[in-house]
Amino acid sequence: MPMNKETGRKMSLIVRILDSDIWYSFTRSKVTMIAALITFLIFASALFAPIISPHNPFDLASLSLMDSLLPPAWSAEGDPNYLLGTDDQGRDVLSTILYGSRISLAVGLVSVAFAAVLGITLGLIAGYMGGRVDAIIMRIADVQLSFPAILIALLIAGTVNALAGGMDRERSAFTVLVISIGLSFWVQYARTVRSSTLVERNKEYVQAARLIGLHPFLIMLRHVLPNVMGPVLVIATINLALAVITEATLSFLGVGIPGTQPSLGTMIRTGNDFLFSGEWWITLFPGAMLAILVLAVNLLGDWLRDALNPKLR
Amino acid sequence: MSDTLLSVKNLVVEFPTRRGILTAVDNVSFDLERGEVLGLVGESGAGKSITGSAVIGLIEPPGRIAAGTVHLAGQRIDNLPSEKMRRIRGDKIGMVFQDPLSSLNPLYSVAEQLVETILTHKDISKKQARDRAIELLDEVGIPAADLRIDDYPHQFSGGMRQRVVIALALCADPELIIADEPTTALDVSVQSQIVSVLKKVCSEHGASVILITHDIGVIAEVADRVAVLYSGRMAEIGPVRDVIKHPQHPYTKGLMGSIPTITQEGDRLTQIPGSMPRLTDRPPGCAFAPRCEMAMSACHHSHPSEENVGTARVACHLITKMGAVA
Amino acid sequence: MLAFIIKRFVQSLVVMLVVGLIAFVMFRFVGDPVDQMVGLETSIEDRERLREALGLNAPLPMQYWNFISSAAQGDFGTSYQFKRPVAVMLGDRLSATLELAIVSAIFALCAGIPMGVFTALYKDSVLTKLFQAVSLVGISLPTFLIGILLIYVFSVQLQWLPSFGRGEVVDIAGWSTGLLTSSGLKALILPAITLGLFQMTLIMRLVRSEMMEILRSDFIKFARARGLTPRAVHFGHALKNTMIPVITITGLQLGSIIAFAIITETVFQWPGIGLMFLQAVQDVDVPIMAAYLLMIAFLFVFINLIVDILYVVVDPRIHIEKA
Repeated sequence: MPMNKETGRKMSLIVRILDSDIWYSFTRSKVTMIAALITFLIFASALFAPIISPHNPFDLASLSLMDSLLPPAWSAEGDPNYLLGTDDQGRDVLSTILYGSRISLAVGLVSVAFAAVLGITLGLIAGYMGGRVDAIIMRIADVQLSFPAILIALLIAGTVNALAGGMDRERSAFTVLVISIGLSFWVQYARTVRSSTLVERNKEYVQAARLIGLHPFLIMLRHVLPNVMGPVLVIATINLALAVITEATLSFLGVGIPGTQPSLGTMIRTGNDFLFSGEWWITLFPGAMLAILVLAVNLLGDWLRDALNPKLR
Repeated sequence: MSDTLLSVKNLVVEFPTRRGILTAVDNVSFDLERGEVLGLVGESGAGKSITGSAVIGLIEPPGRIAAGTVHLAGQRIDNLPSEKMRRIRGDKIGMVFQDPLSSLNPLYSVAEQLVETILTHKDISKKQARDRAIELLDEVGIPAADLRIDDYPHQFSGGMRQRVVIALALCADPELIIADEPTTALDVSVQSQIVSVLKKVCSEHGASVILITHDIGVIAEVADRVAVLYSGRMAEIGPVRDVIKHPQHPYTKGLMGSIPTITQEGDRLTQIPGSMPRLTDRPPGCAFAPRCEMAMSACHHSHPSEENVGTARVACHLITKMGAVA
Repeated sequence: MLAFIIKRFVQSLVVMLVVGLIAFVMFRFVGDPVDQMVGLETSIEDRERLREALGLNAPLPMQYWNFISSAAQGDFGTSYQFKRPVAVMLGDRLSATLELAIVSAIFALCAGIPMGVFTALYKDSVLTKLFQAVSLVGISLPTFLIGILLIYVFSVQLQWLPSFGRGEVVDIAGWSTGLLTSSGLKALILPAITLGLFQMTLIMRLVRSEMMEILRSDFIKFARARGLTPRAVHFGHALKNTMIPVITITGLQLGSIIAFAIITETVFQWPGIGLMFLQAVQDVDVPIMAAYLLMIAFLFVFINLIVDILYVVVDPRIHIEKA
């Protein structure tokens, strides 16, 4: 193989990754590998939902009330067309789960991204500017930290929904959810980034950069961020699971994604009414999917935290 | 009754890691007489603390004693079941650690910690235990012991705290005290006080001492004999005066030459080039060979065996070949 | 130490005022209070008079002050939906939520602490792996899902326990309790477990990690070197030191439990303030929403304050002046 510098560098990077402690602890733990596989599968199926799901549950025209409340295909009255049964609107449960997890994951990922960006920015500002700005931001952070995230998200989502009245909830629900969940999670990022910023701020290259006329803020971004990426990643992974749970909870409580294009939480809410009358599949299948997804992400987050923890090396 | 209190033979302590097995202590042997103070010196990582921990049976798994024996007063103790070993700890062997602040539980008063230890090993009343505790604090030089005994650890200064720790180690009248770097965490002004307290109290109780340290000055003050460890192996062991004034092993010579003394003027301190190899990259043969000026080809190939040279025992091919060095 | 307490107290006050501001804004500007209170046919003059009477034309800071001072005296206004004073409605249902919360907390502690200690001491036992699996489930499953599952197993399939309501309650001096009747107790079990499971896993993990950390510390090593019995080392020394952070965090979690009660109350139709709040959100019944917000904020702030003060009082390192 022609060995030019580029190939050499790429290969040495791969070799370094494969040789690193992180990869070692990853392959050592079967549980983590399975969790990663499951997470990947769920992400993939959510991404390709329109392609792989047998029906489109969001296309109202394709639903037939005659097919409603059918049990899963393997039971007596089941229909092989609807593998996991149908809900009260005639929607195929399997397809709805695929589309629903898409929404749940989308909300989760976007809100975590939002929280991260917000938190990192505020953390940088607080750490860099110090003084009163820092004090104010941190005071808000401390106070917010003493309230559980779900409460904050619930209050924001609930209030906005109440304010908006019957207004077009279908389209705004996503944004409202992302903002309320994101606002409840920014604090952890801010704190971590702030302490790293405080450390970097006093280093000489920052003073040097100031002399040259380069905006130290940009320099901090280039130097603080790499240091902070590890912990941020751990926080983000654990946050993802929490964000998905929060979205599901809010939807279950009725202030999340509305029922026509349901997320997993909304499905569980709908299905709850049918538990006692015996149509258990409407609630339990989405519930199982939610549980597996969150479990897998949590396991990954746990492993990541241990792998990146210098104290345990 | 023999005068040998402790007998360590061919001790090997291993730690399995993902990169292979680390041998922290490699074939170390020494004896300790009753009433003797033995210094165990060496650089950080030479294996001295681990040797001490092995004697008292506190090697944390997955580390383990892989070979060799430890005999206390004729009885073998390295392979005892954990409950039997627990009874020996505190009662027959006491240990003092480096940092007195972290050695003491911050939530209990000194009295509570002393009384608890005494009552664990002696069947006496609480009142008697408390009186005994006050006596001990007195012995180690805590002023107004009966008043201060109810204070909490953070209320004592560093030196006083270490005296409390020594008192705790001596509570149950052990025959052997292992002191692992007892002065390293203390102010210099306080260090020699603590060392003399240690020596005095131990001799009053008839306890032998293994004093682990990297500070040769301390050894010179109080030890009877000294053992020099290098990279997990014994380099030299002998009476203090002789080893310090007439070191035989090239490493010991380098060590002694690197200590500044008030009497020596103008000479440069010797510095041994290089550094002690990490446990993962020990060279074959003598561990010191790469840094030794007088290394011969044999030194790079095989471990030297210990030979008696005068009053000392030395592990060096050169000595084996040529006999004592002046 | 007094200075510290005063400082914390002032901080708490500031937080309450800020929350009060948010509640006030919500109260005053979400929907129109007058519209809520009158019918469609009421004349404009009557509306205007009502406005005056309610003080809605006064300067805003004054309105804020009125709002805060009334709230401090327990007057939270009148519910739009039910036309009853919010304070009375809250009072009726408070005992339901508090009872549920306290029972859950006790469950979480009694189950969590021993499990945590066990998994810290016996790291390789099969039981430890089981407990850790349970804890993973506890942390991963959303509370509502746990509730639904419990209902499905124990109410729908096995029909052992009720799936909604409080059962029979007994009124003792204004506090209604379900603990004295068998139907009340049965109704309490599933909701308490649902609410407490998350806390239990939190406590278990906390105890485990704190204890493992402490077992590695120097004073434990020294305790072992002195030959203390395993029991003295593990419980007398390690556990005691673990308790301080555990109690602190658990205390802080108490407020959290009350907040999470919203979810549990929804699943089990438990007549507490959480369910009331949720219904208020659906109905856009702002006075109730604002009142709940204030109450919860007060609870959190109060609990945090108490815990901070207790911490300083209990830890001898801070409590005794240096000699």
